Amino acid sequence: MPTPLAHAAPHDDHDHKPHGWRRWVYATNHKDIGTMYLVFSCIMFFIGGGAAMLIRLELFKPGLQFFDPQFFNSLTTMHALIMIFGAIMPAWTGLANWMIPMQTGAPDMALPRLNNFSFWILPFAFTLLLSSFFVPGGAPAGGWTMYPPLVLQTGASFPMLIFSIHLMGASSILGAINVIVTIMNMRAPGMTLLRMPLFVWTWLITAYLLIAVMPVLAGAVTMLLTDHFFGTTFFTAAGGGDPVMFQHIFWFFGHPEVYILILPAFGIISEVIPTFSRKPLFGYEAMVYAVASIAFLSFIVWAHHMFTVGMPLAAQLFFMLSTMLIAVPTGVKVFNWTATMWKGSLSFEPPMLFALAFLFLFTIGGFSGLMLAMVPADYQYQDTYFVVAHFHYVLVPGSIFGIMAGVYYWLPKWTGYMYDVKLATWHFWLSAIFVNVLFFPQHFLGLAGMPRRIPDYAVQFTDWNMVSSIGGFAFGLSQLLFPYVIWRCVRGGQRIGNKAWEGAHGLEWELPSPPPFHSWTTPPSDAVIARGAAH
Amino acid sequence: MMIRAKLAPLALAAAAFCGALPAHATSGWGELNMTQGVTDISRKIYELHMTIFWVCVAIGVVVFGVMIWSIIAFRKSQGAVTDVTRVHNTRVEIIWTIVPVFILIAMAVPAARTLVEIEDTTKTELTIKVTGFQWGWNYDYLDDGVSYYSHLDRKSDAARELGSGIDPNSVDHYLLNVDNPLIVPVGTKVRLLITGADVIHSWWVPAFGVKKDAIPGFVNEAWFKVDTDKPGLYRGQCAELCGRDHGFMPIVVDVRSKADFAAWLKDKAAQQKQAAAPPAPPATAPAPAARPAPVATASAASAS
Repeated sequence: MPTPLAHAAPHDDHDHKPHGWRRWVYATNHKDIGTMYLVFSCIMFFIGGGAAMLIRLELFKPGLQFFDPQFFNSLTTMHALIMIFGAIMPAWTGLANWMIPMQTGAPDMALPRLNNFSFWILPFAFTLLLSSFFVPGGAPAGGWTMYPPLVLQTGASFPMLIFSIHLMGASSILGAINVIVTIMNMRAPGMTLLRMPLFVWTWLITAYLLIAVMPVLAGAVTMLLTDHFFGTTFFTAAGGGDPVMFQHIFWFFGHPEVYILILPAFGIISEVIPTFSRKPLFGYEAMVYAVASIAFLSFIVWAHHMFTVGMPLAAQLFFMLSTMLIAVPTGVKVFNWTATMWKGSLSFEPPMLFALAFLFLFTIGGFSGLMLAMVPADYQYQDTYFVVAHFHYVLVPGSIFGIMAGVYYWLPKWTGYMYDVKLATWHFWLSAIFVNVLFFPQHFLGLAGMPRRIPDYAVQFTDWNMVSSIGGFAFGLSQLLFPYVIWRCVRGGQRIGNKAWEGAHGLEWELPSPPPFHSWTTPPSDAVIARGAAH
Repeated sequence: MMIRAKLAPLALAAAAFCGALPAHATSGWGELNMTQGVTDISRKIYELHMTIFWVCVAIGVVVFGVMIWSIIAFRKSQGAVTDVTRVHNTRVEIIWTIVPVFILIAMAVPAARTLVEIEDTTKTELTIKVTGFQWGWNYDYLDDGVSYYSHLDRKSDAARELGSGIDPNSVDHYLLNVDNPLIVPVGTKVRLLITGADVIHSWWVPAFGVKKDAIPGFVNEAWFKVDTDKPGLYRGQCAELCGRDHGFMPIVVDVRSKADFAAWLKDKAAQQKQAAAPPAPPATAPAPAARPAPVATASAASAS
């Protein structure tokens, strides 16, 4: 690439970056911190996945074979907390760290020391949370939703749960601040808001959601803490409090949280599908507005998580209608992705395969979400495996496949080497097949009447639970291919040029592979930006 | 739940789902769909569920059809060339924003109508207070002075212990059986006042289409009216995580004819009155049936 950048790269090698362990502990570089986030996320994915494997093991057949019910409840609780706060959210922050400066023409994130701090909080938060398995009373077992009064019965791990959530929240807020400041202040001249790649857009909106709702969660768990230790009765009816109020506060955080987990995936899919369709994204502006609408709506639908608590008729109708409304912008996104492929020129490299699986399976999760919005029907679905199937369809082939599509898309850029495409394709097919064997039967179980969060079940649920468990074990094992492919790619392989993919557009593909330590030390020219923003 | 597309296991599962809709065999493979239940409301919920399901299937067929068509028809390996003019089309975008709105409105109307009906707790004929506790249920027939506890039955309780060595398949209605079922009459609008004693539970009987949280300090209302021709045993479970034995607090409702119910209630009220009475003369055998009769008939006999 014959621009001043080519000279910038070798110059960066003289940069006084620390070496050895200091490079990581003192890290202020967006790529190093991004890498640490991604590695952390991967470790948590396997720990949370391990908990899921144990859950599926106990549920393989009726009767208690392995675990005490209390430990089983700890497994479901910890599986959720680890996957949400440890695996998915840090993966998004890692990708944001790597890609936002590169995609917007910035040298680094705006607040590098804050960046270091927000990452290094996480290992402490999760050490605290995971060590709760070894304290009297065991790990938290009241569900990741932490409903009082049940959560107040937690043993010695109760304050560990609360403080680890505070730490995770602080880390998320700091990360979100950094993202917003970077996007608002560090963009190259000429990188106007409506030229930004969708991944940057979705992350910007996600960051605002994080800042809006993480303090709400922190407030809610702090009230739990004072209820438990200091005699307050925020959530105890006997003292004039209200246990349902916790659910309202929690889900006021919880529903935007759902979109925090999925919006960056929308961004990645909006990068990957155009690249491998060799066609610009259909309806770029509509996509931006759709994400913004979804983010707005996410604040006014929270009570659909709690239709059975006994709300007034008017409230139930409101939350039913607002929830159904989310289907409109979500539909726009799915239609636009499909229209992007229409009359394109498609090829099916691993990122595209994951994006396509996302498209189909996330849509299935969307359909079951629409069904769940119907309040009378929700009375039958609520707290059954139908709900479990629904949110795993949006989180696993949704968020997780989105992360995988992103990693397989940008990994060559990060390392400078192409990975083993054949092995990654194997990873895809095993994941795509077994994720359905794992979660599709759970729709049947829920409809047939199996409640969620139970360690043992009536015998008529045996067959589909066995299928689901087999799918679970196979899905879990297949995931081992993922770090293996990444590890081999980091070690070496076929060198690639600036562009890893024929149809790729965007500033990150204008940089060398691997990119220089400080991404854009000289801002890209307007022509380069225009070439990247091909919509 | 709705796809008969690309991925083989999915297609198979969907086919199985559609093929076996009415079947509710004892085999687990047939356990695929929501029950239609035995009340007017539960049938309406089932109808709603099936309507929205088929709406989703229809949308799915169209959307997945276009996706699959794009994947097959516009393959680069088959020489497809990008038509870069197709990056924006206001008319199409307006259509696919507006049409879903109409579909949603069309779905919201029947849902709202059913919801209004569910929330109508007037004209009930029998009121029972249901209290969830760790881990079981208490049923209190408020007007009749009858109150008793309902727990997981002993056989299931023994079999469910870790390493019990008892095959769950050998236990009658494993985990779905109780010592004392809730007993109600057919064809009667029964109102439940649901609350919790310690933590939040949720009283759920799928066949009635009733699921309501049992929250300490609050009283929730729900009701059901079982079809006159559908007496029998109906089973459910606690549906809100409530601690260690959440999975082991089933609900069984024994729906009896009005006459049988009235007789049972009368008998039960007498027994409880006698049990609650202060130390009485030792020989009490003949008395109890006669004494509390007026109390028992007050609500039960007037049920119509």
